[in-house]
Amino acid sequence: MKRIAKASVRTAVNLLFFSVIGTAILAYTFELTHELIAQSENAAKLKLINQVVPAKLYDNDLLQSTINLPPSSLLGSEQDTIAYRGFLNSRPAVVVLQAIAPDGYSGKITLLVGVDFAGSITGVRVIAHNETPGLGDYIDIAKNKWINLFSGLSNEHYQEADWKVKKDSGKIDYMAGATVTPRAVVKAVHKALLYYATNREHLFAQSASSLEDSSQHNEVTK
Amino acid sequence: MTSQEFKDIMHNGLWKQNTGVVQILGMCPLLAVSNSVVNAVSLGLATTLVMVLSGASISPIRNLVPNEIRIPVYILIIAVLVTVVQYLMNAYMYSLYIVLGIFIPLIVTNCIVLARIEAFAGKNPVLPAAVDGLAMGLGLTAVLTILGGMREIVGHGTLLSGLDLALGDIAKGWVITVIPDYHGFLLAILPPGAFIGLGLLIAGKNWLSLRAGNKLRSKKINIPNPMGNPAPLTS
Repeated sequence: MKRIAKASVRTAVNLLFFSVIGTAILAYTFELTHELIAQSENAAKLKLINQVVPAKLYDNDLLQSTINLPPSSLLGSEQDTIAYRGFLNSRPAVVVLQAIAPDGYSGKITLLVGVDFAGSITGVRVIAHNETPGLGDYIDIAKNKWINLFSGLSNEHYQEADWKVKKDSGKIDYMAGATVTPRAVVKAVHKALLYYATNREHLFAQSASSLEDSSQHNEVTK
Repeated sequence: MTSQEFKDIMHNGLWKQNTGVVQILGMCPLLAVSNSVVNAVSLGLATTLVMVLSGASISPIRNLVPNEIRIPVYILIIAVLVTVVQYLMNAYMYSLYIVLGIFIPLIVTNCIVLARIEAFAGKNPVLPAAVDGLAMGLGLTAVLTILGGMREIVGHGTLLSGLDLALGDIAKGWVITVIPDYHGFLLAILPPGAFIGLGLLIAGKNWLSLRAGNKLRSKKINIPNPMGNPAPLTS
């Protein structure tokens, strides 16, 4: 009995020993790299955001000026999403919304939609999708420039009925091979504009920005 | 370690016991990430690094670890090393890290790493253990690279696309267009392309080994089975 106990203790101590060393090494590496990682994450995020909102449209630190948006059917979101607000000379200028098209050909398509204060789209990017490679994936800027056709559109010069792909008698071009995918994207972008129109005051409400802690908005683009 | 031992270990890892086409271990990353040369090489090298480090760090403690808990301890060490590599890639090669994504942490579960630790590093001194990790890792990298090259050429008609992810924007112009005006062959990019490509590679390796074996046999020299099994052929 005593021998078994002794062996167990030895085994446990051994495992503990290696766990402690391993943890120490990890902690050290983390300490060494976490600032760099945060930097590259922010840089990547800003690079992405600047694709939907040209940097000349705002002069504040966009990544720091965020607002939590509760789930909304217009944004297609089931959880809180984060919007980035851009100000120019302290005046509301642009907002970057995250919109989700739930009805892609294979699941959700996540979009970033930049909207300027007047309600025109400054740019749209797909940040996550599972569409068929070679067919529906032309919505991705890496494959095709199609997504750029949204830039400059607004609810002022497109009526409700125009927000459809041409096949559905709307005004939006699409490419042969996939219609389900662009249909979903068009719908999501249109709804994001509607969301913006109804929530503009709230989106640019100043106070919310200072309350955000930086760890929260790290989660959005992951 | 003599130079003959070194040669044997390298030959074993790169050819005779190649993880990709002979041992057929660690298929999940091999099939998933081999859709372009850059991805393939990157994950191959990351795996190699982990194999060298784990071989070198487990070999010196092989006599300290009680036999009953060696597997948990080995996995613990491998997991630590993989996480270190993951942090470093995240910090210094961010865009590549995003592309390889889940397959970096998954190196922990790549059975080839643990297999070499069990089969080799746990029984040999530090230097041979590290060399074995290097040889096995490079063998895997080679198969990944060839498979990645095949799939990229057939699927996209290019080579080295995405190199800028690893080396920064300067590498953007280094993409080689092998077939101009190519519209792509989707099958090669999708998972079936990986299986077909790997099948061809295995067949090619077996053909080469058999041919080499036949040549040797005609000179009446006894050679091992090309599949890496030491049992003599009975034909």
